Order: sequence, then C-alpha cells, then structure tokens
Amino acid sequence: MLSGGLWSRSLCGWRWKDFALPALCAALLLGTCQPAAAQESGRLIATQGVSEVDGAAGGGLAAWSLITGYETRDAIGGNLHGTYISLNSFGLGSLGASAGFYDRLELSYTHDWFDTRSAGGRLGLGNGYLFNLDVAGAKLRLYGDAVYDQDSWIPQLSAGVQFKAAENHDVLKAIGARSPDGVDMYLAATKLFLAESLLLSATIRATKANQFGILGFGGDRNNSYSAQFEGSAAYLVTRRLALGAELRSKPDNLGFAREGTAFDAFAAYFLSKTVSATLAFVALGPIARQGDQNGVYLSLQAGF
Amino acid sequence: MMRRIVIATLFMIATSRGTGATDRLFEQLGGQPGIAKIASNALDLYFTDPRLANDFDNINRDFLQPRFTAYLCRIAGGPCIYKGHSMKRSHKGLAITQARFNAVVEDLQTAMDRAGVPFHVQNRFLARLAPLERDIVTQ
Repeated sequence: MLSGGLWSRSLCGWRWKDFALPALCAALLLGTCQPAAAQESGRLIATQGVSEVDGAAGGGLAAWSLITGYETRDAIGGNLHGTYISLNSFGLGSLGASAGFYDRLELSYTHDWFDTRSAGGRLGLGNGYLFNLDVAGAKLRLYGDAVYDQDSWIPQLSAGVQFKAAENHDVLKAIGARSPDGVDMYLAATKLFLAESLLLSATIRATKANQFGILGFGGDRNNSYSAQFEGSAAYLVTRRLALGAELRSKPDNLGFAREGTAFDAFAAYFLSKTVSATLAFVALGPIARQGDQNGVYLSLQAGF
Repeated sequence: MMRRIVIATLFMIATSRGTGATDRLFEQLGGQPGIAKIASNALDLYFTDPRLANDFDNINRDFLQPRFTAYLCRIAGGPCIYKGHSMKRSHKGLAITQARFNAVVEDLQTAMDRAGVPFHVQNRFLARLAPLERDIVTQ
C-alpha cells in the first residue's frame, strides 16, 4: 500500500530543517489562496483536528480516529503541518503532509528532527547533534462517524499503522536500541459529544518505539511490543477555539535512560477553515538522562 | 394489566421530551419568535448560497418557510405541530451529498449567529439535527 518512495531512506538525507520555513509558508499560502477549494471542501470546521507528532490526524500527542483533511466521502482532502517543540534541553521539529481519501483512508508522511542542542555535547555526540525520524502512516476508518452519530454514544473507530525509520544507527545501537526501524499499530476511538461541546478520544497503540522512535525501537531492558495508551479531551469554547489536554504513555525499553508518560495542555485556534494554529505546554517526561523535558509546542496547519 | 401500565409508562417516558413547552433548549433558542428568526435567516442563506444553487431553485419559499419553522420548533422541543413529510421522504431521490448537507449546517450556524444564539446552545441544537445526515444524504 505504501510505495517504496515514501519509505525510502534517501529521504533522511535531506536537510529538512532548511526547508521547514519556506515549506510552511508555501503550505499556508496554498491554504489561503484557495477560496474556491475552501468553499467546496465539504466537512465542518475543526473536524480534522490537528496532526500528532507521528503525522496522523489527532491532537498534538495522540492519534485520533478522524480522517485528515476537510473532505467528505466524495472527495480527497489533505493537510500540511509544521510543528516545533522547544524543550528544556532539546528541540523537536516535525514537518509533514497527509491525504484523506473519501473520509475513509488516511495516508501520511512526516519527518521529525530532534535537536540535541548543548545536551548533544554533554552526551558526547557534539552540540546540535540531530536525530532524524521518518514516519509513513496509514489509517482506515472502520466504523461510526464521530460527528453525525449524535444519537448514539458509539465513537468513530479507526485502525492505523505507522512505519517508522530512524537515522543514526551507530548511536542508537550504542544507547541500547535494538533496531532503527519499527512499526506501530493502533486502534483509535474518537467521539464528538456535540451537545456538550466536548471531544473525547482514546487510542491503544502497540509499539516498541523509544521516544516516538527518535531513539530507535526496542532496547536492552525490553525488546517486545507493549500496549500504550493515548487520551485526549478537547472543549470547544467557540467555533474557532478548542482548549484541551492529552496524555500519551510510552514504553521504557532502554537501560541507559528512563522514559515516561507525556502530557500536554493545548489551545487550538482555527484562523479559518483552512488554517489553524495550536499552542501547547508539553511535559514529555525524562529524555536521554537530561531530566524532565517541559516546553512549548507550536504548530501551524493547513487543511483542505 | 400490569404489562399495559408498564408499556404506557415507557411510552410516557419516551415521549416526555419535547411534548411540553418547557424544553430548556426551546427557551434558550428564543422560543417561538427566536426559532422563526433562525428559520428565516437560514432560508435567506439557503436560497442564495452558491453551494446549494440548484437545490432550492424550484422551491416556493412561502410554502417552505412555515413548515421549516415548525420542524425546527418541534426538534427544539417546542409546542409545535409539524405535519410535513419525514426528512427521509422529503429528500428522497434528491441525491444530496455530504458536502451539501454540511453547507446547510454551516448556513444554519450563521443563521443562529445572526439570531444571537450562543455557541453552546447552537451545539445542543445541532446535536439533535446531526443524525438526520443518515436520512438526508443519499448520494
């Protein structure tokens, strides 16, 4: 289903950071310069959520069962996102694109880069050492409609798979990761409780990823899949503003550094149906022996 | 006899919502005049929205408006009698897409904005209308 191109390692060689800003500008331009498309695009504002760190439509941390983009079951929509998280010791950037086919199938590709800044020096990697991760994802809506089925409590259910490839094999090996590649599988249930203006989502993920996969997959402490939980709650304050909180548990596979549950509290503002900005405070837990990593998350999105 | 009472009680419970004029949503939408305003605002938009251009071409507004108003009032839990066809029957064969259904929803949101209905009240109303998607969208 996923072409070799998407999965190709040669993409890792690109200096995505250099392209981040121009690409994002292009994305926003594309979004704002399509009044005709915006008018045609059939779904209701905010019903695509934003992009989670692995590129799937969701909150910032959790994958949701909603299909990306603003298109209905009759057309193909999409989304572009640029995200940066500034932490105490690190920076985490993410840039990606996704396409939603007929409100049924979502394909996504995202590139994450993890900037070790001065911590890289302390870890003996050199200041500003970058870890790169590419994620190709697919998500299939299985059952229900999160928005229309307001006469039932049954959520929209989707199943997803994410193929992840990390760079820096030697370093990953040195810290105890068993593989630079991994596959996550998840089942997501999302429901909009419209009368309460509340969206709730829960996801179970089978994964071996260390820090989302940035630090490889599996480890010396544990090398098997574990079931992890992602949950989101968002309250619609106005048609344009959603406030919410999320959590995402992660495996703790590596002996060299402990890993814990990540949390965020976010405000997502939809400047228009096309463009949204999300600001969040995140607590990602300890990363690479540099203590608890808290920081600010900013994401710009264009959906169509 | 016992069975009859149980059935009657269940029926009363099932129909209790919306039979009285005391449904809070009906009051929050501004009662009869509020809903008349929402319906009128919405039809202003439906008859001019380019996304719905063909859908309302051959519809007589004078015919539609009182029926649409009564229907919204009924859904809101107001003391109105709607004598028209079901949504399923009245949209049968019209090949309405999800995009057009959503355009109608967006116009209704604008209509409620213009009638001064608060966002969270709008959502409570839309939650009662959303399942109609299954009856109306046939394409």
